[in-house]
Amino acid sequence: MIKLPETVEQTVVNLLRLANTKLPPDVGWALEAAAAWETDGRASAQLGAILDNVKKAELLGRPMCQDTGIPIFYVKGKIPPSIRQDIASGVRRATAEIPLRPNTVDPLTRKNPGDNLGEGMPIIHFIPTGDGYTEISVMVKGAGTENMTRLGMLNPSDGVAGIKKFVADSVLDAGGRPCPPGVVGVGVGGTAEECLSMAKAATMSSSENPDPVLKEMEEDLFVRINGSGLGPMGLGGDATVLAVRIRKAFCHTASLPVAVNIGCWATRRASARITEDNVEYSQEADV
Amino acid sequence: MRFVNAPLSREDVSSLALGSVVSLSGPVITGRDEAHVRALEYLREGKPVPGCLYNSVLFHCGPIMVKGNGTWKAIAAGPTTSARMDRLEPEMIRRFGIRAIIGKGGMSREVCDAMKECGCVYLAATGGAAVSLAEALPRVSGVEWEDLGMAEAVWKFEADRLGPLIVAIDSKGESLYDRVSGSLVRT
Repeated sequence: MIKLPETVEQTVVNLLRLANTKLPPDVGWALEAAAAWETDGRASAQLGAILDNVKKAELLGRPMCQDTGIPIFYVKGKIPPSIRQDIASGVRRATAEIPLRPNTVDPLTRKNPGDNLGEGMPIIHFIPTGDGYTEISVMVKGAGTENMTRLGMLNPSDGVAGIKKFVADSVLDAGGRPCPPGVVGVGVGGTAEECLSMAKAATMSSSENPDPVLKEMEEDLFVRINGSGLGPMGLGGDATVLAVRIRKAFCHTASLPVAVNIGCWATRRASARITEDNVEYSQEADV
Repeated sequence: MRFVNAPLSREDVSSLALGSVVSLSGPVITGRDEAHVRALEYLREGKPVPGCLYNSVLFHCGPIMVKGNGTWKAIAAGPTTSARMDRLEPEMIRRFGIRAIIGKGGMSREVCDAMKECGCVYLAATGGAAVSLAEALPRVSGVEWEDLGMAEAVWKFEADRLGPLIVAIDSKGESLYDRVSGSLVRT
């Protein structure tokens, strides 16, 4: 019998603590770079306040933002049969122990159970593979960004130019509400629900896009949006996005779905790979 | 940086220039979606509303609070998206004489107009800077409507140099967000 150093429940508590108290290195570096390049005085002050807060949160072990969001889990590899219950217990414990803000409510009565659970929670996506390990990744998703989500069922004739315009307009129309500068996740193609799912998963990515066409689109959008003047918190300046991440899937010949899901400056994530005798944590996730 | 002390008078808020940076001390209350709905509902029904709402500095914030030795403490308290309160805020400003709103992302033209009419300003706090802002709310003087839950209750704080806050809508109803969005480069 193999003895893991910790239970899945404990791993989930650790993941939520890591994600909430420490910014992923790639997001932190992008913020530092944005602060170094910023030419607007007011924007520089906003970025300074953000970086200062990130340091304090890590030092004190406190959630960097009061909106500790809704945790969205991705379970990849070998899927243990009790994973749903274990993740739910981990969320309940993390809410009390870290603590996290109890955010989940009934959508109609708005009643809050106080433990970040309830009907349909926690949200878990399963990606079964033939690997011998289980990888649990979590995204901590606040409402400020989630409320800015857009799905556009474009006409195929709108093409790449139409896709880029839809993405840029979605970010600029959102203004200061999703706490810019953040990570813009884009889904292109698929069906309506798949497109939204790709856009959200794209905000988890920390690595270069392997598709050269998508990479070119990402770079073009990055330059265009950062030249808009929206700036940190929508108060004007250079830094409006830290990264643009695009994913695509084939779609119906009569469709061109495009989805935009934004991550705030605190695009929070953590991942744990559980092997037979070890649990390895990281703040990079590939889902 | 200008240091101001709440409660604020109409004269205090009219002296705050658009775009200037402010540090605020004194009583600050939180209130977001549910508190706005209930406050206006109670007014209509003639039920008593907590006195702290009147002439207040209203922070759009749902903090993370912990209780130790019988005392509440904020451990994370950043601003929430103010635009969600757009529909209810003009009446809140008119009925309660709110002098300053602290939030993020700005508010609608209707809210700006109510601010101009009644003498109120919008102070933008850095979104997500929750640990730094909580440190500037060292004392909790009470809580109203706790049944609404941690995020939606009305928490009463004594702020100690809360900031940096940017005057993003002034008492003349001029909005920095409108200026920025009006001059955005869309290529």
